Amino acid sequence: MLKTLLAQVKEYKTPSFLTPVCMIGEVICEMLIPRLMAVIVDDGIYGGDMQVILRTGGWMIVVAVAGLLCGVGGGFFGAKAAAGFAKNLRKAMFDNIQTFSFANIDHFSTSGLVTRLTTDVTNVQNAYQMILRMAMRAPSSMIVAMVMSFMISPRLASIYLVAVIFLALVAVFLIRRVTVYFKQVFERYDDLNESVQENVRGIRVVKAYVREDYEISRFSKAAENIYHMFVKAEMNMTLVGPVMSVTVYSCILLISWFGAHLIVSDELLVGDMMSLLTYCMSILMSLMMVSMVFVMITMSQASGRRIAEVLEEKTLLTNPKLPVTKVEDGSIRFEHVDFSYREDSGELVLSDIHLEIKSGESIGIIGATGSAKSSLVNLISRLYDVTAGRVCVGGVDVRLYDLEVLRNAVSVVLQNNVLFSGTILDNLRWGDADATEEECAHAARLACADEFITQMPDGYHTHIEQGGTNVSGGQKQRLCIARALLKKPKILILDDSTSAVDTATDARIRKAFAEEIPDTTKLIIAQRIASVKDLDRIIVMENGRVDGFGTHEELMDNNAIYREVFESQTAGGGDFDEGD
Amino acid sequence: MAQAGRGRPRPKIDQPGKLLKRLLIYVFRHYGIQMGIVFLCIGLSIFANTQGTLFTRTLIDRYIDPLKNAQQPDFVPLAHAIFRVAAIYLIGIVAQFAQARIMVYVTQGTMKRMRGELFEHMQRLPVRYFDTHAHGDIMSIYTNDIDTMRQMVSQSIPQLVNSVVTIVTIISMMLVLSVRLTLVSLGMVVVMVAVSALVSRYSASGFVAQQKNLGALNGYIEETMTGQKVVKVFCHEKQAIGEFDRLNEELYRSAFKASAFGNMIGPISMQLGNISYVVCALVGGLLAINQSAGFTVGALASFLTFNRNFNMPINQVTMQFNMIFMALAGAQRIFALLDEKAEEDEGYVMLVHAKEENGELTESETRTGRWAWKHYHKDSDTTTYVPLEGDVTFHGVDFGYTDEKIVLHDIVLHAKPGQKIALVGSTGAGKTTITNLINRFYTIQDGKIRYDNINVNKIRQQDLRRSLGMVLQDTHLFTGTVMENIRYGKLDATDEEVIAAARLANADGFIRRLPQGYDTMLKGDGANLSQGQRQLLAIARAAIADPPVLILDEATSSIDTRTEKIVQEGMDHLMKGRTTFVIAHRLSTVRNSDQILVMEQGRIIERGTHEELIALGKKYYQLYTGGTAKSA
Repeated sequence: MLKTLLAQVKEYKTPSFLTPVCMIGEVICEMLIPRLMAVIVDDGIYGGDMQVILRTGGWMIVVAVAGLLCGVGGGFFGAKAAAGFAKNLRKAMFDNIQTFSFANIDHFSTSGLVTRLTTDVTNVQNAYQMILRMAMRAPSSMIVAMVMSFMISPRLASIYLVAVIFLALVAVFLIRRVTVYFKQVFERYDDLNESVQENVRGIRVVKAYVREDYEISRFSKAAENIYHMFVKAEMNMTLVGPVMSVTVYSCILLISWFGAHLIVSDELLVGDMMSLLTYCMSILMSLMMVSMVFVMITMSQASGRRIAEVLEEKTLLTNPKLPVTKVEDGSIRFEHVDFSYREDSGELVLSDIHLEIKSGESIGIIGATGSAKSSLVNLISRLYDVTAGRVCVGGVDVRLYDLEVLRNAVSVVLQNNVLFSGTILDNLRWGDADATEEECAHAARLACADEFITQMPDGYHTHIEQGGTNVSGGQKQRLCIARALLKKPKILILDDSTSAVDTATDARIRKAFAEEIPDTTKLIIAQRIASVKDLDRIIVMENGRVDGFGTHEELMDNNAIYREVFESQTAGGGDFDEGD
Repeated sequence: MAQAGRGRPRPKIDQPGKLLKRLLIYVFRHYGIQMGIVFLCIGLSIFANTQGTLFTRTLIDRYIDPLKNAQQPDFVPLAHAIFRVAAIYLIGIVAQFAQARIMVYVTQGTMKRMRGELFEHMQRLPVRYFDTHAHGDIMSIYTNDIDTMRQMVSQSIPQLVNSVVTIVTIISMMLVLSVRLTLVSLGMVVVMVAVSALVSRYSASGFVAQQKNLGALNGYIEETMTGQKVVKVFCHEKQAIGEFDRLNEELYRSAFKASAFGNMIGPISMQLGNISYVVCALVGGLLAINQSAGFTVGALASFLTFNRNFNMPINQVTMQFNMIFMALAGAQRIFALLDEKAEEDEGYVMLVHAKEENGELTESETRTGRWAWKHYHKDSDTTTYVPLEGDVTFHGVDFGYTDEKIVLHDIVLHAKPGQKIALVGSTGAGKTTITNLINRFYTIQDGKIRYDNINVNKIRQQDLRRSLGMVLQDTHLFTGTVMENIRYGKLDATDEEVIAAARLANADGFIRRLPQGYDTMLKGDGANLSQGQRQLLAIARAAIADPPVLILDEATSSIDTRTEKIVQEGMDHLMKGRTTFVIAHRLSTVRNSDQILVMEQGRIIERGTHEELIALGKKYYQLYTGGTAKSA
């Protein structure tokens, strides 16, 4: 994981290297300063020598300025390295996601990918900066201060050694204990927030059933629980300050006592003792820093792992070496196709599909939820690869085509339609970047979208909000159909794409298809029997198998499922759908 | 990290002083004694700390120097002195420990109270509030704002007090040692504050840009990831990457700027502190060597230590100020929610168990299966009991979500007990709005709504709603078992009653097939169930409540024909014998209704039975046949 992540440092290696260098420079300056202070006190003040104070003071300013430069440099390079690293991580993930196949995308889920690209990157970015700036600085500052102390007086400095070991042990103990507690607390805390969210979303249900008091009492019980857990966890943390103080104060007193003896016996100078006291804080503070860095690293570890997962994911679909770059016609052939979403599990979603569809035919597909209608059509544009058998388009196995060529020839309107923020024209031009406004309008007319687009205040230049929230479900579906039409595909697949369009408009769209694009092979998945019954042939899917394939009349004669669905829908079970 | 609050832009706050006062009162009202002890503890630990610093001077001047010059050094006085200081230190440590522990209770107690009050008040808010406030914003009050509040109470306030007291103590100590040197030192402080304020400004502007760019990039990421499959289908990967790169680069630049300047503030103030030290040493050295005004070498040494300890609290104060400003922004949102006006209810007519005595309806203590409205008439000081039947009338009702924009005009309707009323029409015609008025989710502008011939405004909201069942199109389930979710409709229902309701709703079949049957846990709004299954549970939930009036919103699409049939049957069972308002999408429902109301733009344009409306041949006919009107 570390290797995968660090590979993305790339052009920010120099700042990543310079940051700790600057930080060490700053540490050295910081450590020199107490030495210089000691000289000022001992030789200058006690020796009564203004010259020394001036000269040493001058040096001290030089060191301070050097420290300033190092500190500012460390801040500058650290920021550059961390921000750059985050940029590269995001880019690498995003680029890799663009190569993902549908199977890869399913594996991660949309919200999973969004979190990885946003929150997780921020966590890693913060940790990276912290590590660059502190992970070197804190231990080196501790070591330098320790060495300096030992140079002054090994006997007195050994007090620090004991203190450091003591504090380190306490820190390890506390961190271990507290992380366990806090992990529990935060899980519960998430649950509590989850329940608030449920109440916000379901407020109408709460109010309709007059369950306000019930919800309040449930919430306060949960809040009370959280309170006790939080108190318990934080009580452990309250030890940190006093333990630190005990250590610092003990050191000061011990140094004072033994230092006094050494000074009296002329083994130590007053200034030296004062330097020692200054180092005391440096050493113990750095130790606390080290433990903080440690906590930070543990916390960002999970994020790092999640990012690495995306980076290490390999696309499951690859372009062939010598791809076919032309799709001859819109004929489709399934040859004994088996399909499973997961390679390892033997559970087949589609089994032994054998179909022959001629170029230009209109085919309806009908079947219950979970009968694998979508899975079937997704194989045609090679959104997934078959597990066994083969799918041919224009007489050629889809795996031999260049992916872009194939997908431009096979246009799919997915079940979960998405429009992007931008104007209607921008959205339509996803189908064909060079389409003129007239061409776009033509496609929109075929999809019966023109009628409402022209009603909009800005017509084709109307801005679509993110997620298409400012158009109705039916309008969204028609825009998506128009977008797919602009590709001028050889095969057009509509995956339940008119479910929110009223019956009359639905019929007009199908009519337009029949008249305007007769040579395009059309596959239409629908819930409504009315949407498919006039098509050339209809496939009836049931549990991943083709249960029937024929014209409406044939199926009414020989297919029980088809007949049942037909009867339930015409005998008062049909839609009374709202037009929009 | 210590730099958390530094260099961030301050959010805009109206009347920060007033808000801070309110917040402090809110927090400390319940913890007056505790906070008193905490402040005392802070004082004690600062006292201990400064005594320790002063000890350096005593140590050198009073003990080490004389001992050095003594023939026979006697360390006993020194030992005594060290024990005295140790005792002071001990007091400081105990105070520090006590302070930390008390603060845990204060902080967590306040958080608990705040959360509880927020939640309780939220439950009492009208539905309108939830329409006009994004759910994400409400959630962020519970998470982000409460969290900044926690930081403020547990860290910022004690630290600010600590820093201010420390600064005051140190300044007075320094003044005692030397007025002139103190002035020099304070001069340097002014420079320090000025420089870090300047750098903060750069950092803040970078931070604003960073937040903006981060928002833009996150928005783009969310949009692209949501539509990733569409991107693939349209081979749009290159364009997606192009736009991403641009946004990513912008974010990098601003993030770099914000954090680089933010990082610089620390070293700058530290080194300025060191320079201040040198200046004081020079000036102090001159003073000490000349022995002016009894300024001793030991005093200089102590002064220099104070000077060193001075920088930290000053940095702290500037930092905590930013933190407090951020917390105030959160407090503003929290109080805004708490100040939001709760749902009004002046109703006094109550729903009671009823029994018949001597041919008259009276109140019963126990459940009788019959219900009545208990109506107290103030003018005649009498109480009447009206049987609950489910008769609903609208008289000339006008309604708008705001007074400026009326969305329902002159609605007149009469639903007799047990009748089925179908509402049809296009999206936005006002069908859902009508149903939301019956249960008083909203208050009407004009006209009257009567329930069993009582004005609904006179009926206590909770009693009114208890007599109405609702099955909404988007079903909301709660974390808990299937059993608990159905029982939501009637909290004291037995397991048998729950199962009976599930049977009635046609939900029993699928529930039994779930891994743990009725004990299956539902999470995340029933994410592990299909749309149809969730709807079946919602029907069962309404069934167990057994209300005389029902409001149903039929699902439009997204469930397949077979599931739809099951759901439909469940709904049909539920509707039997109840007054039902149904927002209908399905032919069979509409055809079997007693009255069909066709709505357009907030008005009822046609009404009647299926046959009557077909015969009329206008909008209904058009909707029904999917064609054009007969006589257009």
